[in-house]
Amino acid sequence: MDFWRVPLDADTIKVSLGIVHILEDRCKGCGYCIEYCPKQALELSTKFNQKGYHPPVVVKPEECVNCHYCEIICPEFAIFSVESPPITEPGRAGTHPNSAIKVK
Amino acid sequence: MQEIPKPSKKQPCHPLDDLIRTDRIPHIWCPGCGIGTVFSSCLAALKGSGINLGKTVMVSGIGCSGRAAGYVKLDSFHTTHGRAIPFATGLKLANPELNIVVFSGDGDLFAIGGNHFIHAARRNMDMTVICVNNLNYGMTGGQVAATTPYLAKSTTTPVGNPETPFNLPLMAYACGATYVARWTMLHTRDLTDSITEAIGKKGFSFIEALSPCPVNYGRRNKQKPLDMLKVYQKKAIIKNDADPSTLDIDFEKGIILGKFVDVDRPTFIEHYDKIYRPSRLQENVPGLNS
Ligand SMILES: Cc1ncc(C[n+]2csc(CCOP(=O)(O)OP(=O)(O)O)c2C)c(N)n1
Ligand code: SF4
Ligand code: SF4
Ligand code: SF4
Ligand SMILES: [Mg+2]
Repeated sequence: MDFWRVPLDADTIKVSLGIVHILEDRCKGCGYCIEYCPKQALELSTKFNQKGYHPPVVVKPEECVNCHYCEIICPEFAIFSVESPPITEPGRAGTHPNSAIKVK
Repeated sequence: MQEIPKPSKKQPCHPLDDLIRTDRIPHIWCPGCGIGTVFSSCLAALKGSGINLGKTVMVSGIGCSGRAAGYVKLDSFHTTHGRAIPFATGLKLANPELNIVVFSGDGDLFAIGGNHFIHAARRNMDMTVICVNNLNYGMTGGQVAATTPYLAKSTTTPVGNPETPFNLPLMAYACGATYVARWTMLHTRDLTDSITEAIGKKGFSFIEALSPCPVNYGRRNKQKPLDMLKVYQKKAIIKNDADPSTLDIDFEKGIILGKFVDVDRPTFIEHYDKIYRPSRLQENVPGLNS
């Protein structure tokens, strides 16, 4: 997660983290999930699904905060997020398992 | 040319898959159509409401929105055009234990089915009515509806609609609905909360869900699917308890969303039993006097 400065309580506050699942063959490529993901974690993929649509692809997996908005805006039941176990290690709490705190 | 992938054998399960007839998915709704989102919100509400889903029935009329009854993995009826509410009324009267959700379109519920809506609300028939308002008759090619905005283009009003559309929450309120709310498919969390609340509430509940029909309405009114969502985002004014007479949809000034009515009055069945079946009331038949 990017911070303008590392919050003083970064090691105690647990930001929820998510893992996104995409059921590619259900997607009709409307792009609603991509447009409204608050963390810009998704992008339209260049590949085609079975019906010839471009499904989304997770481009920033470490950014997903498991807000489920992609899941509830999708008209096709094609995308959802599940909680990823938070890290409790001092100084890294609230970050995704596969990322480190970055200061811009 | 890119390779077209083979269908993946093991797909993860969507959290709502247990309420969907997954063998019929992908559904027929066009790319960018909002009905799927409203439907998903309704399923999430059904799941979250804690009601007995074994005693819950979804009823739809005809239209794109009306196809919902065919995708829900519950008892459901896909009725004739405009007749979702009378079917639902029959179900409720025959078996008062049932929870009834009517899911249908603006044309189905307010044009051909308008009278049924009026009288079910007047009688305070115990059911939840969800109207997907996409401002036109989507299924038949985008004809003008009783909800099409003034001057909007449709196949039957090619240079603009000369009519004044219904203010649906006002109509529901005036007819006697005990719960009235309006959201858009973009406000899906509020929509889900509202549907959950309405399902748990006794009496006639009405929820209007604004939703894009990019293929028939959007195309004629120069709106791409995302444009409509941007309008919902920019023009939404959340105003709970707003006076229903102020709820005309005005895409320039703003669209008022919120919960407008939440009152209690006796349902049709309560009145009926008091007068005609006093003994059944004493026997405490489930659902009759809850
Ligand atoms: C008795 C009868 N009249 C007319 C029709 C044609 N018809 C089918 S769907 C429809 C309108 C549906 O509009 P709406 O309820 O808004 O649904 P949408 O497709 O927009 O979701 C009409 C007029 C019909 N099927 N049956
Ligand atoms: S769950 Fe939220 S943050 Fe994660 S991808 Fe979906 S919309 Fe983005
Ligand atoms: S919202 Fe659903 S259908 Fe639309 S692009 Fe995203 S996954 Fe595909
Ligand atoms: S015609 Fe309109 S309402 Fe019907 S499925 Fe297509 S976009 Fe949705
Ligand atoms: Mg319609």
